[in-house]
Amino acid sequence: MTQDEKIRILVAKPGLDGHDRGAKVIATAFRDAGFEVIYTGLHQTPEMIVDAAIQEDVDVVSLSILSGAHMTLFQRVLDLLRERGGEEIHVIGGGIIPEEDAAKLREMGVGEIFGPGTPTGAPIEYIRRRFETGRGQSQQGTEEAAKEGDAT
Amino acid sequence: MTPSALEAVEEIASRVRNRDRRGLARGLSWIEDRTPAGRALLDRLYRADHPAHRVGITGPPGSGKSTIVNELTRRLRARGAAVGILAVDPSSPFTGGAILGDRIRMQDHSSDPDVFIRSMASRGSLGGLAAASIEASELLEAAGFDWILLETVGVGQSEMEVVEAADTTVLVLVPESGDAVQVMKAGVMEGGDVFVINKYDREGGDRLEKEVSLMLELSRELNATGVADRWEPPICRTVALRADGIDALLEAIDRHRAHLERDPERRREVRSRKIARRLRTQLRDRLVGGLVRRWDLEGWVAETTARIQEGKGSPYALVDSLVARLLEEGVPGARDDARRSEGRGAEERP
Ligand SMILES: Nc1nc2c(ncn2[C@@H]2O[C@H](COP(=O)(O)OP(=O)(O)OP(=O)(O)O)[C@@H](O)[C@H]2O)c(=O)[nH]1
Ligand SMILES: [Mg+2]
Repeated sequence: MTQDEKIRILVAKPGLDGHDRGAKVIATAFRDAGFEVIYTGLHQTPEMIVDAAIQEDVDVVSLSILSGAHMTLFQRVLDLLRERGGEEIHVIGGGIIPEEDAAKLREMGVGEIFGPGTPTGAPIEYIRRRFETGRGQSQQGTEEAAKEGDAT
Repeated sequence: MTPSALEAVEEIASRVRNRDRRGLARGLSWIEDRTPAGRALLDRLYRADHPAHRVGITGPPGSGKSTIVNELTRRLRARGAAVGILAVDPSSPFTGGAILGDRIRMQDHSSDPDVFIRSMASRGSLGGLAAASIEASELLEAAGFDWILLETVGVGQSEMEVVEAADTTVLVLVPESGDAVQVMKAGVMEGGDVFVINKYDREGGDRLEKEVSLMLELSRELNATGVADRWEPPICRTVALRADGIDALLEAIDRHRAHLERDPERRREVRSRKIARRLRTQLRDRLVGGLVRRWDLEGWVAETTARIQEGKGSPYALVDSLVARLLEEGVPGARDDARRSEGRGAEERP
């Protein structure tokens, strides 16, 4: 990864419940870890989340979910990402999600689920490891080009 | 650049021209990451005719800039114009991270195919912000957006450079941001083409308005050189939260645009001043950025900081001797590079 590159993460809070404390905590932790966090606030529909993720060219979408509708919400986000050419954007989640659902979500293509009480260090470590070698999706142009620029 | 990298550039260039959102987003990342691929892309897409109108919107934190952008966008869309939005926020100087929250107030347009919203962090401290956001607006222009709205927090030199690169600069003030004298001290008054007193629903709006208008009158008298058809910055009162006064604000922006375009002579002059400024920004960014990378100057800063702390020298002498070394010895390998790229011809333009 070149020094000018930053991991970009969309932190979104879908659903109707009115608390975004959890989302704000994780957004702040991500910022402190050196990531660029695009924070879109409460009451996001999957369409809004995916539109923002595409325009912002994020590497990761992090969904904070409390409402219990997690299965359909994640499914919809994954489907829309695929539809709009964002299939390489990595989706992770946090919130109250039973382990058996979490297993299903991972099968569907969600990267990782971080349950309540997970220290914020865990998702940060997970993301760092995943993008160790550079921002996955903008690699093509940047990595080769960056090598060229730095090689001399 | 390798053939496959060039191919990727051509592909993104054509996707940008077709306003493909994913392609445009990718191109913007190349620009943000300051890559050669980003510059190659801009080289292919650069438009000297400058068809988009850029509006810079700046003001203190929380003054209502995003709310105003949202309302302006609604009205521009009603006219059928396509709108590109760049919202720049500062990066944390400590961690390099950032929270970019301007989209929260622009949700109404997030799914509109004729609106594209991109958040940018200011990133490194050694220049780059102005260059990156100017380049990003060039990409939006190439994608056919008629209007480009640039939001930055009005603090710091590089943020002012961003909005000064705009065609129309809107300065947002609020009653609680202190009096106009402070604003003038910050040196931001000269840059404003249109002044907005937002949160006029709060106490003190009329007082601030009086102060601003006094300031403007003063600078008008000082600069009264008999130029005909001089632009006189209007003051707009708004309550952006209720969309009050936004129509008048857009009308003022329209008038400023018409003013710029009315006189071909002035238009040429303004444009050439902008191109020159653009070249300076680009030069500084490329020179400083290139040197920082090649000589690992960030590493030098860290080492030298420690040295100074241990009492071994002052910043003046240490920077002087570094710069002297850079200028005299030149950058190792730089001449070879120059020769090589001459040999490789036009496709290698940086
Ligand atoms: N009372 C009042 N509040 C307003 C007005 N306009 C905006 N606000 C509120 O001011 C707060 C900040 O608005 P933003 O539009 O996010 O301001 P901003 O300048 O973009 O903020 P930053 O990007 O964080 O610097 C929000 O809570 C708005 O609802 C107004 O005219 N009157
Ligand atoms: Mg804002």
